[in-house]
Amino acid sequence: MFKNMYNWIDERLDITPMWRDIADHEVPEHVNPAHHFSAFVYCFGGLTFFITVIQILSGMFLTMYYVPDIINAYYSVDYLQHQVAFGAIVRGMHHWGASLVIVMMFLHTLRVFFTGSYKAPREMNWVVGMLIFFVMLGLGFTGYLLPWDDKAYYATKVGLEIAGAVPFLGEYIKELANGGTIVGAQTLTRFFAIHVFFLPGVLLALLAGHFFMIRKQGISGPL
Amino acid sequence: MAHKQDPNEKVVFIGDSRVRKRDYSNVAPPDYSAYPGKSEAFIPNFLLKEWMVGVVVLVGFLVLVIAEPAPLGYPANPLNSSFIPMPDWYFLFLYQMLKYPYTSGDYLVLGVLGLSGLPFISLLLAPFLDTGKERRFYRRPIASSLMIVSLVAVTYLTWVSWDHYQYELEVNGVTPEHIERKIKAEEAVKKGLPRPIPGREKIAAMVNADDPAFETMKQAQCIACHGAELEGANGPTLRGVGDILNKDELVATITNGKGDGMPPFKDTLSAEKIDQIATWLSTQKAEAK
Repeated sequence: MFKNMYNWIDERLDITPMWRDIADHEVPEHVNPAHHFSAFVYCFGGLTFFITVIQILSGMFLTMYYVPDIINAYYSVDYLQHQVAFGAIVRGMHHWGASLVIVMMFLHTLRVFFTGSYKAPREMNWVVGMLIFFVMLGLGFTGYLLPWDDKAYYATKVGLEIAGAVPFLGEYIKELANGGTIVGAQTLTRFFAIHVFFLPGVLLALLAGHFFMIRKQGISGPL
Repeated sequence: MAHKQDPNEKVVFIGDSRVRKRDYSNVAPPDYSAYPGKSEAFIPNFLLKEWMVGVVVLVGFLVLVIAEPAPLGYPANPLNSSFIPMPDWYFLFLYQMLKYPYTSGDYLVLGVLGLSGLPFISLLLAPFLDTGKERRFYRRPIASSLMIVSLVAVTYLTWVSWDHYQYELEVNGVTPEHIERKIKAEEAVKKGLPRPIPGREKIAAMVNADDPAFETMKQAQCIACHGAELEGANGPTLRGVGDILNKDELVATITNGKGDGMPPFKDTLSAEKIDQIATWLSTQKAEAK
């Protein structure tokens, strides 16, 4: 039956070449830890993606309970943490996953750097990867404010003061992020929007580019 | 489909749409025959192995999640002047770097652009700065040593920042709020009380509000910080303080002060007045629920 369904779609959309391209490519020996244990360093990119998927899924569940306003934000997180079934697990996954994704991405970046894989013809993919890195840091920074406890509030205040020190543009960046002159109600809704809509959108676009380029160019050869 | 189809035509008509005729002879993706060795198919062979690594990571991750609940402090209070700001750990190196004389104050621009912006921009543009054909790191001494120096610097700065934070906590006698909150919640649950929700605790009623000690407190400006009805403002509420501190501890706190917020009153208040206030405050107990 599935074969019939597949054929029905394939007749209309010609999806076989796409599927073939994803499924049928070979993985060379030098990146396969089954053959060379040291090749485990090539796992970090995949693990970064794995944790990113966890972040997206757990984040989607968190937004079912989280309320982005300064009166209720803290109490919605408190409720999520203590009253909602498995709320502590989902929030825990999002909290610790945020750190783990940075760790994995950092290791992946180091692997690419020290194996010189960013060299021609893969320059563009490195640049896109670095942009993903910055987007992830942005996600970490904006997400840190959302529980609206003292730690979140003061970290954001300090962070935006540092952003304000950038010459010429600093004050504008700061005011744009603050949504005014102080860290307050506008800042929280803005950070929520940036954390949940803007940056994930950018992230998905960049990831698509990252993966498209990997498939197009293949993985870099052995050293 | 009125017309006859030519089997060699590239385009076939299906209804009113045009779908390219498929030619399966060239959909085989490029293989890695350029790299001699034991390559294997991505799906399912390699993906299954990768998934096994993923599962091991996932199990470790969930053990961490269950063992260490995500922290939550007290609700954000912009008036809390004694809170020690701390960014998340992966920003600590930046936070620390911008504290040194030539990276802060008048030199903040140098710190932000020169020492933070420049390295990140060079990292972003690494392929265009390190353009040689050589890939092995030990044959690229400049690129590799710059990266290693940066790694050492980042590790060191992160460590210094964390160490300084621990030192500040110790000097100020501060317990991080998320830990304090957890301890208080556990204590309450142990006593059979409901888990306190910070900022939403019921404020206890004042006991013996017409006691002359309250007048003394008003004159001594206690209410400036603790609130006109002792409900708490910049300082903590004193209603129900008798549940937390006994009379001797209250005397010690009023006489010698506590932390950054509470000043000593040994010079402004006589021992008798301190005793009077402490006696009254020690009777401020919330009714047992």
